[in-house]
Amino acid sequence: MDRFLGLPDLASEHGARLDYATELVHWLMFALFIIWGALFVFILFRFRQGRNPKASYKGLQSHLSSYGEVAVAVFEVVLLLGFSIPLYSERVDDVPDQSEAVVVRVIAEQFAWNSHYPGPDGIFGDTRPELIDVESNPIGLDRESEGAADDVTTVNQLHLPVDKPAVIRLSSKDVIHSFFILAMRVKQDAIPGMEFPLWFVPTVTTNEMREKYGDDFNYEIGCSQLCGLGHYRMRGFATIHSQADFDAWMEEEQSYLGGEDEDEFWG
Amino acid sequence: MSDHEHEHHEELSFWRKYVFSTDHKVIGIQYTVTALFFLFFGFCLMMLMRWQLAFPGKALPIIGALFGADRMPDGIMLPEFYNQLGAMHGTIMVFMGVVPLAVGGFGNFVVPLQIGAPDMTFPRLNMLSYWCYFVGGVIMFASFFVPGGAAQSGWTSYPPLSDIAPSGQTWWLMGMMALIFSSLLGAINFITTIIQLRAPGLTFFRFPFFVWAQFVTSFLLLLAFPPLQAASFFQLMDRVFGTSFFMPEGLVISGQLSEATGGGSPILWQHLFWFLAHPEVYVLILPALGIVAEVIANNTRRPLWGYKSMVYSLIFLGFMSFIVWAHHMFLTGMGSAMSAFFQTTTMIISIPSVIILTALILSLWGGSIRFTTPMLFALAFLPMFGIGGLTGLPLGLASTDIHLHDTYYVIGHFHYVVAPGTLFAMFAGIYYWYPKATGRKMSDFLGKLHFWPSLIFMNGIFMPMMIQGLAGMQRRLYDGGEIYAHTQTALHWHKVISISAWGLALAQIPFIINFFASLRKPKTAGDNPWHSTTLEWAAPSPPPHGNFTELPTVYRAAYEYSHPDHDEDYLPQFQADAQAKPAAATP
Amino acid sequence: MSMAIPYTVEPRPDTGLNNVKIGIWLFLASEVMLFGGLFAGYIILRVGSTDWQPGSAFGLSVPLAFTNTLVLITSSVTMVMAWASLIRKDFSKYRLYMGITVLCGLGFMVIKYIEYTSKFSHGYYPSTHIFLALYFTLTGLHGIHVIAGMGYNAYLWGPGAKMWETAPEQFTNRVEASGLFWHFVDLVWIFLFPVLYLL
Ligand code: HEA
Ligand code: HEA
Ligand code: CUA
Ligand SMILES: [Cu+2]
Repeated sequence: MDRFLGLPDLASEHGARLDYATELVHWLMFALFIIWGALFVFILFRFRQGRNPKASYKGLQSHLSSYGEVAVAVFEVVLLLGFSIPLYSERVDDVPDQSEAVVVRVIAEQFAWNSHYPGPDGIFGDTRPELIDVESNPIGLDRESEGAADDVTTVNQLHLPVDKPAVIRLSSKDVIHSFFILAMRVKQDAIPGMEFPLWFVPTVTTNEMREKYGDDFNYEIGCSQLCGLGHYRMRGFATIHSQADFDAWMEEEQSYLGGEDEDEFWG
Repeated sequence: MSDHEHEHHEELSFWRKYVFSTDHKVIGIQYTVTALFFLFFGFCLMMLMRWQLAFPGKALPIIGALFGADRMPDGIMLPEFYNQLGAMHGTIMVFMGVVPLAVGGFGNFVVPLQIGAPDMTFPRLNMLSYWCYFVGGVIMFASFFVPGGAAQSGWTSYPPLSDIAPSGQTWWLMGMMALIFSSLLGAINFITTIIQLRAPGLTFFRFPFFVWAQFVTSFLLLLAFPPLQAASFFQLMDRVFGTSFFMPEGLVISGQLSEATGGGSPILWQHLFWFLAHPEVYVLILPALGIVAEVIANNTRRPLWGYKSMVYSLIFLGFMSFIVWAHHMFLTGMGSAMSAFFQTTTMIISIPSVIILTALILSLWGGSIRFTTPMLFALAFLPMFGIGGLTGLPLGLASTDIHLHDTYYVIGHFHYVVAPGTLFAMFAGIYYWYPKATGRKMSDFLGKLHFWPSLIFMNGIFMPMMIQGLAGMQRRLYDGGEIYAHTQTALHWHKVISISAWGLALAQIPFIINFFASLRKPKTAGDNPWHSTTLEWAAPSPPPHGNFTELPTVYRAAYEYSHPDHDEDYLPQFQADAQAKPAAATP
Repeated sequence: MSMAIPYTVEPRPDTGLNNVKIGIWLFLASEVMLFGGLFAGYIILRVGSTDWQPGSAFGLSVPLAFTNTLVLITSSVTMVMAWASLIRKDFSKYRLYMGITVLCGLGFMVIKYIEYTSKFSHGYYPSTHIFLALYFTLTGLHGIHVIAGMGYNAYLWGPGAKMWETAPEQFTNRVEASGLFWHFVDLVWIFLFPVLYLL
């Protein structure tokens, strides 16, 4: 069925269950459409004027249709209680702790995705809107604040280790955006003035994907909420590393920090 | 009150008769014509978008240059113009096309006739309602020509984007206020009319289903619109007086720290908007269901199956539609309890829809089905609404909505309900009541020439959108998603869709010809050309001022077709000699 | 031929109501939803705010607002008495009570004007703080309602009163409908007063 629905590639742990739910609903939809549709076509054929010149006042006597309606209702209850409510609750209630997950802040802006890593100390430095500078400090990070010295920030590039829960704390600087990584089956609005977590466990590294699809492959971050002129081009990339590669990347980023010309990096 | 006061036969001037008329039929026709104009206009906006989606960044041949350098320099569309087209297409289609046509047009024209009333209870309010709509329409239309162009933050106008948008957004808000006011006046009038001006003998359960649909619709308009009015005031304050109802503090817009004082909430707008806009979508569909029910009963020549359960479902639907709104907001950071609640109500609301649809299909059983043009449109409505409704289910489950939210799947979902759904019902209604309004019948041949290609092209447009949506293609993309990798598998469908859209445009030509050419035919339709049972067919065609030559009395339920005790296959509500077999029925 | 619209004055037997009565109640239902939306906005913004300030922080004057409450309540009472006078066919009393009602409305607006100007003179504008934004928007919309009600009442007091000669019953109904609206406007203020000034 997922072939048939044409759902895109999957690379996260919970995604399979979401896809399964999607398939299940579509099965229900197809079944309903086929049953009702077949009945519909049959009736049109059977009771057309040419074949049935005299209409029946009483019409259909059976009340079988009630069973059909009850069946639909039962199916919906199963979908709700068995799948959707638990799956969704897991998304919003079971956000893992910083101790067991990689936590990244993602701050959306017209039209880019800024990420903010707490660095080895695990503490996010403060950010303040007054400090924002489009060129050198897009998220307004206060390097003086506690834990900020080793913080790493990137633009349109999100790096995450594979097989470890990733928690993205999502917010926005200006208008509402909506963050998604298709293969991870996550999507969440980024709303200014609020911060919401979103989490998933990536299961396939970018390199593994490249082996399959060629070197052009990249996980994409897209924006799905209309956010202005550049909404259509608000695209970022996510790279899923093995844990070792991720650590190496983080170390490399660290080496840029505190250097004479930190600005180089922001370009 | 003395009757003679109203009986003097002064000749009304041209202006009072056709322009500032208080006659519900004239107002209904004014609404219909204006709404058709806006439908056409909204259609044209969409055609421009479809060009850009099929051929992103290519110059639009011939007419492209006419749009000017701030919209389409050298015929190549700018993103801001695309966003204007999208926002205004949605706004126009919903608030200035379908609703005025379904409620202002059909409701105004048909409801008083179907309940045997001489007019609406408040004829002058009725006139005011039309003119508010007209003014709202003019404001919206004019907004294309203000600096920065029309509103461009989607028909949903989410702040903060809409708060910081160019001045077209202010016009949008003012236009909306006029439209809302118009709807309120209309809703009050409809409800009062239906309660008070029913003909003797017309009890609620003898109402044609269309009257029920308009009745419930009016309550939705009456109660759901005011919160959007409130929200529009808030947004207007934000834009004009610099408040920040919808702006939190510390926004940084294009690198500039915003001066807004903050303390506001962007989500507040969404709640107020969807509190209206979900009931609003039922405002789009309920009158359509009403028309379909009329046409089906008439063309199967038998009563509706399960009329009562349909009515109860309708009322239940109307009630439930007030408590599902947040299913549009699952991904705004909603907690699990709230989302569980709204998922559940959303699933519950689908049940009455299933009941009504099923009842309509089963009404066909045992019928003697005539495939007239209105019937074809009404029949096609059923599976088309079915597809639209069914695709609402995965959107209504928050977990599956994660993947589908704000993709073309949503666009496909609701267009199936509004375009081959509601619009087809509107077409059915036009073909069905045209003889009543004009005394002339439309051509059946041209009608069928309109129907079949429209059906095919509609599916050619909206079915591929489901495929695009499942592939994850976002909506509202200026370039149709060209730069994304994940859309590549679904990109070629844009061309199929656009070609179908242009085909759909061609398919409307027979309709437009039919609509105008039929006006020149002789008035030969007669009072009751479809051999129908409801009250509007008791009046002359077209009905004179005051509608009925004689106040009708109602003797029975709405759809007594093929009654066993009656020779003819229809027994009108207004016909006295009921049960007894008439000795020699005059044809 | 044309037919008159029935039940414009006398009630329809099976519903027991005339058209205007139903119309005005429906209108008020929509008004409840309008102010419901505004109050919902107030609640959401207040609960969500990190920096909420009560009215007293901006020097909103409770005595003035309390006076205004009394003024409006008085006007509601005189409105009822104006209507009751018509029922008793006492037109001059009607004139008197309706006159007072209109004057009270005017008094309310004058006090509101004093309040507004004093805010402005302190540099308090709608854009100053979210509380003031709510204050000005809510009272402003309420004020528009007061002006509308007052305008219609003034019309019924003055030129509109001619109808008393030709169609007294219909005129009485109009006064009743206008009264219902006026009570509603009064009621909204009774909610606004504690919400904006006291809480
Ligand atoms: C007329 C308009 C209309 C109607 C009737 C509906 C009906 C429904 N809608 Fe839809 N909806 C819209 C118009 C409409 N919608 C619009 C305009 C939007 C997008 C707004 C925007 O974001 O811009 C939207 C978006 C929308 C969303 C938000 C999606 C998102 O943004 O992520 C959701 C989610 O729950 C939803 C759900 C539903 C449901 C459950 C129904 C249910 O009521 C449907 C119930 C019906 C059925 C279940 C069909 C049953 C039929 C059969 C069983 C018979 C089959 C028949 C034959 C084969 C003959 N809709
Ligand atoms: C009632 C509502 C309605 C209707 C009927 C339609 C009808 C159509 N819509 Fe639209 N649409 C919306 C409401 C509607 N739409 C909304 C709310 C949005 C979202 C906007 C947003 O993102 O904010 C949207 C967005 C939208 C998009 C997505 C844009 C994007 O996301 O970037 C597209 C893309 O193809 C589209 C296409 C179409 C098409 C092909 C039709 C066709 O079905 C059109 C069919 C029309 C006709 C057939 C017209 C018939 C009338 C006549 C021919 C007049 C005759 C005149 C006389 C006789 C005088 N619509
Ligand atoms: Cu950011 Cu769309
Ligand atoms: Cu909805």
